[in-house]
Amino acid sequence: MSVLVNKNSRVIVQGFTGTEGTFHAGQMIEYGTNVVGGVTPGKGGSEHLGKPVFDTVKDAVTKTGADVTIIFVPPAFAADAIMEAADAGIKVIIAITEGIPVKDMMLAKKYIKSKNVTLVGPNCPGVITPGEAKVGIMPGFVFKKGTIGIVSKSGTLTYEAADQIVKAGLGITTAIGIGGDPIIGTPTKDAVEMLMNDPETEAIVMIGEIGGNYEPVAARWIKENGNKKPVVGFIAGQTAPAGRRMGHAGAIIGGAEDTAAAKMAIMRECGIHVVESPAEIGETMLKVLKKK
Amino acid sequence: MNIHEYQGKEILKKYGVAVQRGIVADTPDAAVNAAKELQAETGTKWFVIKSQIHAGGRGKGSVKETGSKGVVLAKGIAEVPEKVKAILGGTLVTIQTGAEGKKVNKVLIAEDVYYPGENEPKEYYMSILLDRATGSPVIMASTEGGMNIEEVAENHPEKIIKEWIDPHLGLQPFQARKIAFAMGWEGNAFKEGVKFINSLYNAYLGLDASMFEINPLLRTSDNKILAVDAKVDLDDNALYRHKDLAELRDISEEDPLEVEAGKSGLNYVKLDGNVGCMVNGAGLAMATMDIIKLSGGEPANFLDVGGGANAETVEAGFRIILKDPNVKAILINIFGGIVRCDRVANGVVEAYKKIGDIRVPIIVRLQGTNAEEGAKIIEQSGLKVYSAIVLKDAAQKVKDVLK
Repeated sequence: MSVLVNKNSRVIVQGFTGTEGTFHAGQMIEYGTNVVGGVTPGKGGSEHLGKPVFDTVKDAVTKTGADVTIIFVPPAFAADAIMEAADAGIKVIIAITEGIPVKDMMLAKKYIKSKNVTLVGPNCPGVITPGEAKVGIMPGFVFKKGTIGIVSKSGTLTYEAADQIVKAGLGITTAIGIGGDPIIGTPTKDAVEMLMNDPETEAIVMIGEIGGNYEPVAARWIKENGNKKPVVGFIAGQTAPAGRRMGHAGAIIGGAEDTAAAKMAIMRECGIHVVESPAEIGETMLKVLKKK
Repeated sequence: MNIHEYQGKEILKKYGVAVQRGIVADTPDAAVNAAKELQAETGTKWFVIKSQIHAGGRGKGSVKETGSKGVVLAKGIAEVPEKVKAILGGTLVTIQTGAEGKKVNKVLIAEDVYYPGENEPKEYYMSILLDRATGSPVIMASTEGGMNIEEVAENHPEKIIKEWIDPHLGLQPFQARKIAFAMGWEGNAFKEGVKFINSLYNAYLGLDASMFEINPLLRTSDNKILAVDAKVDLDDNALYRHKDLAELRDISEEDPLEVEAGKSGLNYVKLDGNVGCMVNGAGLAMATMDIIKLSGGEPANFLDVGGGANAETVEAGFRIILKDPNVKAILINIFGGIVRCDRVANGVVEAYKKIGDIRVPIIVRLQGTNAEEGAKIIEQSGLKVYSAIVLKDAAQKVKDVLK
């Protein structure tokens, strides 16, 4: 088992023929991901990287049975691409694009709410189930199969965590990069919930950052649901100066919960094994599992 | 992107938001002309002289050189030149600027809106921002205006009302009324208040704003509602569709090193510590800063070189970090995914040789694709560079060089 993507996923690439789309689709195919085609409006009927290109996501779904999409469409058109995928009946949308205007995402997120779809991202590294499917831009070789689920806001920090887990002699069921934008499809809690419900996942690494309240919400959910699996947590930004990224009034909505120290304290209270240093994720997980 | 108060008020006015009128000036002469023009237009006898810098707390802040407050009242045109001279060109220090303060290049000459009348003028607070948790805009308003809203939130949370807006449906009339009633507005003030809220929300959407903060929002003695201050923050990602707004950027308000970094495609934030760092990815960059702290140092900066780190970006990053005289050591932390470590290593060595005179120790931690090869290149370069592969070793090396 695994979550979101596996060897049976039928993946299409939106923004297939662009520079980014071409490069990463090539990497995904090389990894063994079942890429069944791509979408670039106006280029339907042609072939790219040995796969069919479609004008619309609807066409791609009808002709290939695609159920997962990865989006590399430029920021100005990416929210539209997300809505098109949801409308066409795609089940899992993974949006890599960085720099989508907040207003566009606000409308897109609301739009997909009424559809039966999971959005991961935007501004994320994607999702990988090692040995089965890489639907993202992460370096595949870092991730080895195993029993640890990873949830993270950041790209390279996800790779760092995965690397430490693998170096500790463990492996990964699925790693989910949820993305660092103000509006994302799958907040930390939703991603953690998926992994808690995945029978193959034995423990979870949860990596957050300053800003917002996703990690406290996830931490409380974990506690309320009986800490069924051990969670090792880290929050980046203990040394980040307050107010540099957050607006004055934004701090009120986030409450006092959006600093690293506050998030770490809440996570500890909720029974999460919080590490101070990002260099200790792997060995802490090993210790936690030995105690179990 | 932040803009000045005078710019914010101008663009709000285009959306029908009632604002305190004013004219911006950059010399004492221009200030006098502005005052005359404003008097002809509004009939105001007194003038508020407001420093235009990207920081709050101006009214309580003082100009280092003269002791003048950042916002002062001139009771007549005759008082304008002297009072403007005490501010323009000076360094204004407020609770938000830090001790170094900010240079005041422009002042806003604004009409007096606190004139006496049938009621006492009363100050309110209003803001619109994105609520991340619900993914929708929220309007916040309070009868406790003119003061630090964070203190109000802390001590009297019940005095802040919040109204969430469905992004598809937009602001509904009942919601605007709800806020206006909660503010206690009556008669003309109620009518104007509802209109103010509607216009403000339209401006928020139309401008792709990420935050508006109107503090104070004023009910004048004759029951008008208007914005006395306007903090406007725009969504950088949406500026491509607002070319006119992009031009409002004032680079003199930004840290010169941050501006230079931006030109090289680097995301740099200057901090006060002694260990510089260069990292790929924002999350790992923050985590690296944390490691510096845990190793006994203080981060001198945040620097994200992005996904495509190559010799040029590494060199640009180096140059920017080295311009900071407080830097005693540099930690480079690159997790090579798509970028190969041997390439980054070559980039580091090349940049080092090109820059030449580097006196601080450098720790290079390269992990990921071709990490071993990268480490070898660093070790065999003969330069004063320490190499590490495991993050823990890098932390230890930072500790060692700081001793």
